Amino acid sequence: MGEHIIKLPDVGEGVAEAELVEWHVKVGDLVREDAVLAAVMTDKATVEIPSPVDGEVLWLGAEIGDTVAIGSPIVRLKVAGEGNVKAGSEPAEEGVRAEPPAKLATPKPEAVPATAKPAPKAEEAKAKPSPSIANSAARPSVSGAPRPEGEKPLASPAIRLRAKEAGIDLRQIAGSGPAGRISHEDIDAFLARGPQVARTSGLARNETIEDIKVIGLRRKIAEKMALAKSRIPHITYVEEIDVTALEELRAALNKEKRPAGAERPKLTLLPFLMRAMVKAIADQPQLNALFDDEAGIIHQHGGVHIGIAAQTPSGLVVPVVRHAEARDIWDCAAELNRLAEAAKSGTATRDELSGSTITITSLGAMGGVATTPVINHPEVAIVGVNKMMVRPLWDGTQFIPRKMMNLSSSFDHRVIDGWDAAVFIQRIKTLLETPAMIFVD
Amino acid sequence: MKEISCKLLVIGAGPGGYVCAIRAGQLGIDTVIVEFGKPGGTCLNVGCIPSKALIHAAEEFEKASHMAGGKSLLGISIATLSIDLETTVAWKDGIVSRLNSGVAGLLKKAGVKTVHGWAKFRDGKTVEVETETGMQVVRAETVVIATGSASVELPSLPFGGRVISSTEALALSEVPERLAVVGGGYIGLELGIAFAKMGASVTVVEALPRVLAQYDAELTRPVVKRLTDLGIEVLVGAKAKGLSTKGDALLVETKDGKNTKIAADRILVTVGRKPVTEGWGLEQIDLDMAGKFIRIDDQCRTSMRGVFAIGDVTGEPMLAHRAMAQGEMVAEIVAGHKRSWDKRSIPAICFTDPELVTAGLSPEKAKALGGEIKVGQFPFAANGRAMTKLGEEGFVRVVARADNHLVLGIQAVGQGVSELSAAFGLALEMGARLEDIAGTIHAHPTQGEGFQEAALKALGHALHI
Repeated sequence: MGEHIIKLPDVGEGVAEAELVEWHVKVGDLVREDAVLAAVMTDKATVEIPSPVDGEVLWLGAEIGDTVAIGSPIVRLKVAGEGNVKAGSEPAEEGVRAEPPAKLATPKPEAVPATAKPAPKAEEAKAKPSPSIANSAARPSVSGAPRPEGEKPLASPAIRLRAKEAGIDLRQIAGSGPAGRISHEDIDAFLARGPQVARTSGLARNETIEDIKVIGLRRKIAEKMALAKSRIPHITYVEEIDVTALEELRAALNKEKRPAGAERPKLTLLPFLMRAMVKAIADQPQLNALFDDEAGIIHQHGGVHIGIAAQTPSGLVVPVVRHAEARDIWDCAAELNRLAEAAKSGTATRDELSGSTITITSLGAMGGVATTPVINHPEVAIVGVNKMMVRPLWDGTQFIPRKMMNLSSSFDHRVIDGWDAAVFIQRIKTLLETPAMIFVD
Repeated sequence: MKEISCKLLVIGAGPGGYVCAIRAGQLGIDTVIVEFGKPGGTCLNVGCIPSKALIHAAEEFEKASHMAGGKSLLGISIATLSIDLETTVAWKDGIVSRLNSGVAGLLKKAGVKTVHGWAKFRDGKTVEVETETGMQVVRAETVVIATGSASVELPSLPFGGRVISSTEALALSEVPERLAVVGGGYIGLELGIAFAKMGASVTVVEALPRVLAQYDAELTRPVVKRLTDLGIEVLVGAKAKGLSTKGDALLVETKDGKNTKIAADRILVTVGRKPVTEGWGLEQIDLDMAGKFIRIDDQCRTSMRGVFAIGDVTGEPMLAHRAMAQGEMVAEIVAGHKRSWDKRSIPAICFTDPELVTAGLSPEKAKALGGEIKVGQFPFAANGRAMTKLGEEGFVRVVARADNHLVLGIQAVGQGVSELSAAFGLALEMGARLEDIAGTIHAHPTQGEGFQEAALKALGHALHI
């Protein structure tokens, strides 16, 4: 019997570390060669780590959400035969683990070999309840909370008497003791929080706090948004567009018989907007750019790669319609549909989810009146589509109903002046309000 | 007609009433208690205390009978053996009267005025008491009804002559040669076993399919076995139909529908107890009822403002310690304290041989709550102290939630396990988990170690089995 250590392989593109997003095995599992052990996530792609050998999982080297350096041991397997660990090489291996200490998770206590006693001890110390009242108030109940409905709060007769005399309903207190038992300290903490909301309302306070680890895609989104908002001084420009004519055209095109053999998707408003943006960018190429602020260089792209912010079950992703300048309206629509489908089902590739040079964000029917879109760093512009609705418009003599829609767009004010931003949006407005112009060169 | 007025009037000086009055007196409440008989109620006069005296005497006699018969494992022998039940009963009466005066003394010390006589409501705030010296009217701001319960009489077997209730059974002057016990509940079995030990030939007639039917079969098995060892005949699924025409036998319809006669010198009827709701003017105040009991809320308040009820008259379990806890609580409520009934367990003991203790939920009831449970059981056969007492029958059983190990119930059957009820009750009130009991040092050698071991067993690491 030997031991086989699996290290995090190089997942490509010069990545130095990856985030562990999923374990497919646990300690004690038997795995076959090529069985998936774990999934790690780099910049935007998720890579599965297969097992190179048959064996039994002895140890897992990271917890979900940990960032692991390439080459760090992540799994130890018990294998038939020699394995890749020589007897007595334990200290060296420990050394490897100690090397990037900040990057590695504390090993799970139950999986740690006997030589690594300190780890569980540290865990114990952490688990020990702090004596301070304030802390115990903030700390969620160790177990049993929220207490199932109808279950009696667990407290000794002395505690119950004290609560009764103080007019406290013990059901409102989350016990910090074993099995959720309520202690004098819990009552102290409850009283220290001061007068409670009116009890006559019959509404119960919910004292539960759920800790959710920010991992995977959610962490990527968080980092990206923080980066964009901290680096980029946004200027947001909102303009209303009369899309009555555009909607008529769109309806007519959708009604038109599809030519036999040609795959013509149903058109939404987005392909028109994409084509209008392509036209506006032809006049103002500085808006289709990536600003490398560290190097102080603006990479102005000839190809218009339009990212479309899309909501998926796991969060926000931005699939990219590449070279919109080279696609007609039908092609734009088809590509958009394909990408949206891939993003929703989670099959979008890394390439399909990166490389945009300008972004559209649309919440569809949820679009609201105006939004303040966050620029997809390092891009310099983002166009937000708000909800279309029929609004009265004064035509000089009377109010007439028109289909109106706002565009809320943000620009990197470091490189785009307000004037240029306004010119860009006004150009798009003109194109969308007179949609024939989109199709005229 | 004399009139007195007070803040609190307690009707009945049983364990519920006298505790309520004493506590009220301690709290400085102007209190009057009315009692027709001697203070202490059923419990002290014709229940718990005298029956335990008789049971103890019977136990001693039975032990001695082994010695006299030359069968003593302990190597003790005695020449002749006899019991003079009249002396036994006199000794028992001595204990009872000491306790009577003890209760009277405590009431006096607490400043409670006792009125001897039969109380009857005139209205919710006025009670007439028929005393030896005439009618006494008591006006009270608050009244506590603590009238207790009485033995249930069978229409086919009215009390009188050979047909006796537990009260008479505790005052017999000689051991009956043949005793028929109608009703195999805890009272019938406690007394039946005692008389069997003193030499009576005992037959128990129970209508249900088994005796001690409120307990689970596993728990009662050692008792049933002991009944057989003592030569007590048990007829289950049998109905007592009445007395034979001569009056010297009990007519019984057996399980298979046959009529049979059980010759008996005494017929003890122990088919339950009923609340005393007649004769004290319940009709005058028209309280809401819950079945045959007075309906109360979690503060023992009845449907009439200022009228409380405690003890057996308010329902099951009809146990002295429940009444005492209610009495104490009501006194404190009357004194203006915030109180409500929040007890987690009312332990119940059956002083049979071996004894039974239950506190909290049985495994079945715990299961019925829906969650997963753990049960740990430790037999006294593996307990050193039990061996040295010739008491290897029985076990301690702990029932706990599987998820957080909170102890839900504790049961025990075995010699002398009644004293373990204190530990059981404390564990439940304190919200102990299995680990708390397992982690408490239980002195060696005691039967109490069985409690710790049962908890360890439930946790999967009992040491001595």
